[in-house]
Amino acid sequence: MASVLHPDDTLPPVLAPGETYASVTEAVSAITLQRRFGKSWLAGFSVAVLLTLLLTFGIGWLLAFGVGIWGLNIPIAWGFAITNYVWWIAIGMGGTFISAALYLARKDWRTSLNRYAEAMTVFAVSVSGIFPVLHLGRPWFFYWLFPYPDVMNLWPQWRSSLEWDFFAILAYLMVSILYWYVGMLPDLATLRDQAQTLARARFYGFFALGWRGEARHWRRFETLSLLLAGLAVPLVFSVHSMVALDFSEGLVPGWHSTIFPPFFVAGALFSGFAMVLALGIPMRKWFHLEAYITERHLVNMAKMMLAAGLVVDYSYLAEIFNAFYSMDRYEIATTMNRIFGAYAWVFWGTILFNVLQIQLLWIPRVRANRAALLVISLGVLVGMWLERFMLIVTSLYRDFVPSSWGMFYPTFWDIAFLVGSVGLFFVLYLLFVRLGPVMSMFELRKLVRKRTAESSNPEAKPA
Amino acid sequence: MSDTPRYGLLAEFASADELLNAASRAGQAQHHYLIEAYSPFPIEGLDEALGHPPDHIPAFMLLGAILGGAGTFALEWYSAVFNYPINVGGRPTGSWPAFLPAAIEMTVLGAALLGVIAMLIGNGLPRLHHPLFGVAAFQRASTDRFFLLLRADDPRFDAQAAHEFLHALAPLTISEVPA
Repeated sequence: MASVLHPDDTLPPVLAPGETYASVTEAVSAITLQRRFGKSWLAGFSVAVLLTLLLTFGIGWLLAFGVGIWGLNIPIAWGFAITNYVWWIAIGMGGTFISAALYLARKDWRTSLNRYAEAMTVFAVSVSGIFPVLHLGRPWFFYWLFPYPDVMNLWPQWRSSLEWDFFAILAYLMVSILYWYVGMLPDLATLRDQAQTLARARFYGFFALGWRGEARHWRRFETLSLLLAGLAVPLVFSVHSMVALDFSEGLVPGWHSTIFPPFFVAGALFSGFAMVLALGIPMRKWFHLEAYITERHLVNMAKMMLAAGLVVDYSYLAEIFNAFYSMDRYEIATTMNRIFGAYAWVFWGTILFNVLQIQLLWIPRVRANRAALLVISLGVLVGMWLERFMLIVTSLYRDFVPSSWGMFYPTFWDIAFLVGSVGLFFVLYLLFVRLGPVMSMFELRKLVRKRTAESSNPEAKPA
Repeated sequence: MSDTPRYGLLAEFASADELLNAASRAGQAQHHYLIEAYSPFPIEGLDEALGHPPDHIPAFMLLGAILGGAGTFALEWYSAVFNYPINVGGRPTGSWPAFLPAAIEMTVLGAALLGVIAMLIGNGLPRLHHPLFGVAAFQRASTDRFFLLLRADDPRFDAQAAHEFLHALAPLTISEVPA
């Protein structure tokens, strides 16, 4: 009976008994140092590079001919570019949240996930930052957003949400890189010491900055990690709230709503958790990491994805309710257009992916099924992209007067920038899983010590 | 004893608890104060056992937060109120709530940047070479071995006594670290 009430009790522990310092180190460092470039890795990398070339070519085309190569026009001046931007930066949020919030909550199962989740964050935020810059119209003047003593004697507009967004992305990208890189120093040192060739030892030694693991070094490192995690959690909430303010500061029905910041943050965590699952499930299989990214990790992630998804679903309901409760005819018209208008299929697609399919995660057997989890998390990623597209396009396509109504039709270049950005993300991610430590080895060793102490002292109950 | 210059004497242990024990014995022994302990992961209590003073990371991060936040806010105030005030229908030029978002983000960035810089400088990093990297056994310091080092530049360092002290702790190996 107990197993029915608590189906998770049958799951494997976060770390199997019998793992030693050397075995966890070997398992992770061998991926980088000994494993050959597999055919599937090379195939995936080649596709990603081709897509990145397409993106590069698209950027060149855009610089030559302007944003008109996209399907943008009045009334829909924000199309795929802003959708892609919000979608990518949202995916990054999930990685930071998993790493930082679970660190503060002292959850053991974070240990195998945090490194690749942080890497995912850095790459997703880097990719996202391309889009608002390209969307500027004259991207080569992007530095005008920055306050510097220019010869025109002009300053940025501090009261603009686009300016806030610039600072938010800048701070978020730099803090994510610092958090990821500093956390990687001890593992880079391990790779340096494990490397069999001098060239590799020098490569990792350079990036390890000479880390030796002295007691005082560790203490400064731990203090810094704790404080950075403490800063990263509010940073996630503030940055994605700024993204939402790009919309809610505008006086457009469907955007001008106080619910947007929390709603966007929930959506960000939702899509971020989905991406962590979508990357983790194939990675654990290809690199044989089943002992470290266990069923328990996947089930926990699935539960977090469901929880974030339910908040998103509640926000959908609250938004529709508020539109009618406000009795504002424009809000009501926008909502009706969303649900029944020309883009109804985008709305219902969002409902299908973000509301209906995730309800399957209530069933323990679905959570325990890796293939199902992978399909659902990919569905969530599609659903979140559709949701962002819906929020942008359906709020704009029926302007206040019927003479300025219009439709958005994506061009070849819209599609090229979307798939190209996915390609760029995977180029970065695939390089990282080949060259960097995909799991935090020193934290796994710490966990080994904790588990050994617990098993030799049964009085101390495992957490 | 030989006159070759050296960095110190290094003892190797197999477990974290042995290192903790060795470190607290060395900390109490009073005949050394330049003692270093190396481990492949942070060990709670190791620092206290060696009697190290607390670090200053939080103070630097607070300084970074203040510099980043107040600095950004001051820049916004200066540019919008003094350097280039724009009268938009008589609205106040010093509209401080609108200045907060950028200031908040720069507060976090300032704290993170100064924290990382303080950690690196405090740890003497980057330092790509170190005498310890010349010891073959030390390669395992980043995997599964624990080390205690008595520095030779300690004015109270006596090679004979140090050797005897380390030997009494029953380490796996004792190596001399060349300078």
